[in-house]
Amino acid sequence: MLGRLTWAAIPFNEPLPLISMGVVLIVILAVLALVVIKGWVPYLWREWLTSVDHKRIGVMYMTLGLVMLLRGFADAIMMRTQQTIAIGDAQGYLPPDHYNQIFSAHGTIMIFFVAMPLVIGLMNFVVPLQLGARDVAFPTLNSVSFWLTAAGALLINVSLVVGNFARTSWWNYPPLSELAFSPDVGVDYYLWSLQISGIGTVLTGVNFVTTILKVRAPGMTYFRMPVFCWTALAANMLIVAAFPILTATFVMLLLDRYLGMHFFTNDGGGNPMMYPNLFWAWGHPEVYILILPAFGVYSEVVATFSGKALFSYRSMVLATLGICILSFMVWLHHFFTMGAGADVNAFFGMMSTLIAVPTGVKIFNWLFTMFRGRVVFTTPMLYAVGFMVTFVIGGLTGVLLAVPPVDFVLHNSAFLVAHFHNVIIGGVVFGALAGYNYWFPKAFGFTLDERLGKASFWCWLVGFYLAFTPLYVLGLKGMTRRLQHIPDPSWQPWLLVAEVGAIVIFAGILCQIAQLYVSIRGREQRRDLSGDPWNGRTLEWATASPPPAYNFAVLPQVESIDAFWHMKQAGRNAPAPSYVTIEMPRNSPVGFVIAFFAVVTGFALIWHIWWLVVLGFLAAVVMVLVAGWSDDREREVSAAEIAQIEQARLGPRQPAE
Amino acid sequence: MRHAPNAAALIIAATLAGCSGGIFDPKGPIAAAQQELLINSTAIMLVVVIPVILATLGFAWWYRASNGRARRPPGENYEGRIEFVTWSIPALIVILLSGVIWISTWQLDPRRPIGAKAGALRVEVVALDWKWLFIYPDLGVAAVNQLVIPVETPIRFVLTSATVMNSFFIPQLGSQIYAMGGMTTHLYLLADKPGEYSGFSAMFSGDGFSDMRFIAKAVPAGDFNAWVKEVSGAGSVLDDDGYAALAKPSKAVPPRTYRSVRPNLFEHIIDQTVSGPGNAGIGAAWCRPVKQAGG
Repeated sequence: MLGRLTWAAIPFNEPLPLISMGVVLIVILAVLALVVIKGWVPYLWREWLTSVDHKRIGVMYMTLGLVMLLRGFADAIMMRTQQTIAIGDAQGYLPPDHYNQIFSAHGTIMIFFVAMPLVIGLMNFVVPLQLGARDVAFPTLNSVSFWLTAAGALLINVSLVVGNFARTSWWNYPPLSELAFSPDVGVDYYLWSLQISGIGTVLTGVNFVTTILKVRAPGMTYFRMPVFCWTALAANMLIVAAFPILTATFVMLLLDRYLGMHFFTNDGGGNPMMYPNLFWAWGHPEVYILILPAFGVYSEVVATFSGKALFSYRSMVLATLGICILSFMVWLHHFFTMGAGADVNAFFGMMSTLIAVPTGVKIFNWLFTMFRGRVVFTTPMLYAVGFMVTFVIGGLTGVLLAVPPVDFVLHNSAFLVAHFHNVIIGGVVFGALAGYNYWFPKAFGFTLDERLGKASFWCWLVGFYLAFTPLYVLGLKGMTRRLQHIPDPSWQPWLLVAEVGAIVIFAGILCQIAQLYVSIRGREQRRDLSGDPWNGRTLEWATASPPPAYNFAVLPQVESIDAFWHMKQAGRNAPAPSYVTIEMPRNSPVGFVIAFFAVVTGFALIWHIWWLVVLGFLAAVVMVLVAGWSDDREREVSAAEIAQIEQARLGPRQPAE
Repeated sequence: MRHAPNAAALIIAATLAGCSGGIFDPKGPIAAAQQELLINSTAIMLVVVIPVILATLGFAWWYRASNGRARRPPGENYEGRIEFVTWSIPALIVILLSGVIWISTWQLDPRRPIGAKAGALRVEVVALDWKWLFIYPDLGVAAVNQLVIPVETPIRFVLTSATVMNSFFIPQLGSQIYAMGGMTTHLYLLADKPGEYSGFSAMFSGDGFSDMRFIAKAVPAGDFNAWVKEVSGAGSVLDDDGYAALAKPSKAVPPRTYRSVRPNLFEHIIDQTVSGPGNAGIGAAWCRPVKQAGG
């Protein structure tokens, strides 16, 4: 009846996971109880859970990413603490069985459920506004994307409570991840949660490529699009091209595990080497799916807070597209040590260093944007400058690792761990946090506290260097990654410094939470009525904060790059209001319901509860069909209604005309 | 260029003072070449990286909004000449580095013999859960978690895995290479100084991974012959039963030796015709490997 699921799946005999999951459950139940008691359920359902508004979905993605950041960070602190105390003969407090789950979950969650939601959340919120569009091309699909991502995140967290997570690292390389070596449900949790969220991500890619190509304000030609839109276009083209590879790879591994096939097994004609090739054929473009939108954020932030147009727009676009293409030609550098010949290794090494050219150009462009500008050190700008310094160092170590013979001694070392945290924290996370601080006033109509924002930045920056400089050193000393205990006691001082760094980053996260709390509490004093708190350059600042559901009462007429800046220069900030009826998509529960059945199906697949698999899958399919056949998907916002909304906003400052 | 890397080497060596066992303490030509390559590549990039970092901080500070002394002439902000430079500088560095990559990758290809191929000592390496088996096919002996090699002699490693992927790595001797089931990889290393160097798996392989370590002991040729004599005179035999017992998963296995090894054991491990964890369920598989005759 319940497949493999028995009471043994709950770790009653292990106090540590039991306590942590108890705390998590209590917190979740408390939040749910609060929501129900306060009577917020109808509001949440109507305004958020069923919303197809790209802005609301963007905010929900960001929330998911920030909440999952706490989970992934808890894993990080546990790993650092284990490595600090488990030295020499000491085994620390986490046995291999548990420690291996933690580093696997840390990597998986940080990439798929922190970095991805943060980046996709920013794109959701910003891209249609910057394009001068009313929404994305397929708003309901967008909601489905979000809820499938959330479904994957939920499923991965269920593994805390029921069963266990994979102990195979976030790459999940076979043959270790095959049934012969990982017979329990951990790998299945990994595979199914990523399959489900992966579908959501592919749909996002399709949606945004379509949006950027087809849904732009009048006059918004390609070469007038803000750079963030260009980077979003590149990232989403990469999603469309790369994520299906991951899905297909996981399907093959699932066939191995569920139907006894031999794609990646040692025996029966399988070839485990195919998996790393396929995994990184997705995995390397994935790195650029994350970093390109972050580059876009920096481009907006540096231009805005230097009070200047971005230096060399066309170089920036060219570099973005160059990176987009090159990212598919470097995957082999993740396994130079697998025994390929010198010609193959040298080719991929050279292609990998080639990416340093467009990336270097971008750095120079930001540099020359600051040159002769008026640099204002707001929190987003601090992140941008911190990024430029940090990312250059990460780039240097990255090019070192791209030199095959150097990689032969640094592959899988702590040096590598330090390198990719250098570019992911210093690049993607700083970018996401810069974007969060930059666009928060647009999303909510009040600014975030700058003092706590800056405190948070300094903690992240200093914490990053304290946490990862020691890992660079340890990698050079011969420390490999994923060690449950440390063989060499002389490494302990370095590991202690790294632990301190992790704690400083934690202080940064606490500052952010405090920043959010303080800003919400003081929101009445922090109101931004102008809609343009930073003296922005692009169209998102042309509308109200928060923008109305339809974004722009009258679609803006774009005549140049930095459209809003030129509108302000020309004094055409307030167009004569002649409103017409707007068709807007209706809210839809489709995404939420499909995701619910996806979780049910995924859970049933993991535990081999076949009847529930059939039931859950059919229900999801029926939901798709019902949604597909529905004609009643739009509502009209009448001109009078728009006039009323706009009047309420513009009331205090009537247009001049 | 000759002195700059050396100076950089001294600085890095000083930073890593007391460092022993790392890749900045090379004990063989491969590791030494890789150390030099690492330092040279870093030096090449620092030529750009340091000015960029200084310029970032400098520009951000000098052009801060409150600095009235900064000159900000109005006008066109886009200058084709600067654009030319911003593409050229990284391109030049990358062209230089590409040359370095092409040459060094061929020179330090793991399967490129060091010196004459005939003079190399062949060692067969098998990754097991969770220990290393070293077979000396020409000498007829084997050892677990202990690799004894003569100094100044090229060692020709041939590697496979009886289980999941692992990576065979002795940092002080240089290059690592994966050991994978059903196939072989090749690696040449040479120790030019006697000593004990730590080796381990650099590819996560499961619960016993952290203890999958061994000592690589480089000894003078005379001592090596004495060791072979000593090993072949005592201890047990690595036959099918011995291998089946060894192949069972075990953690933190102390070093041991075998006085003789079943012929072609390594080949049988590769084609999975001896029992091991990797093919534990092989009886149930559809395509059962054909047992080779005369093995």
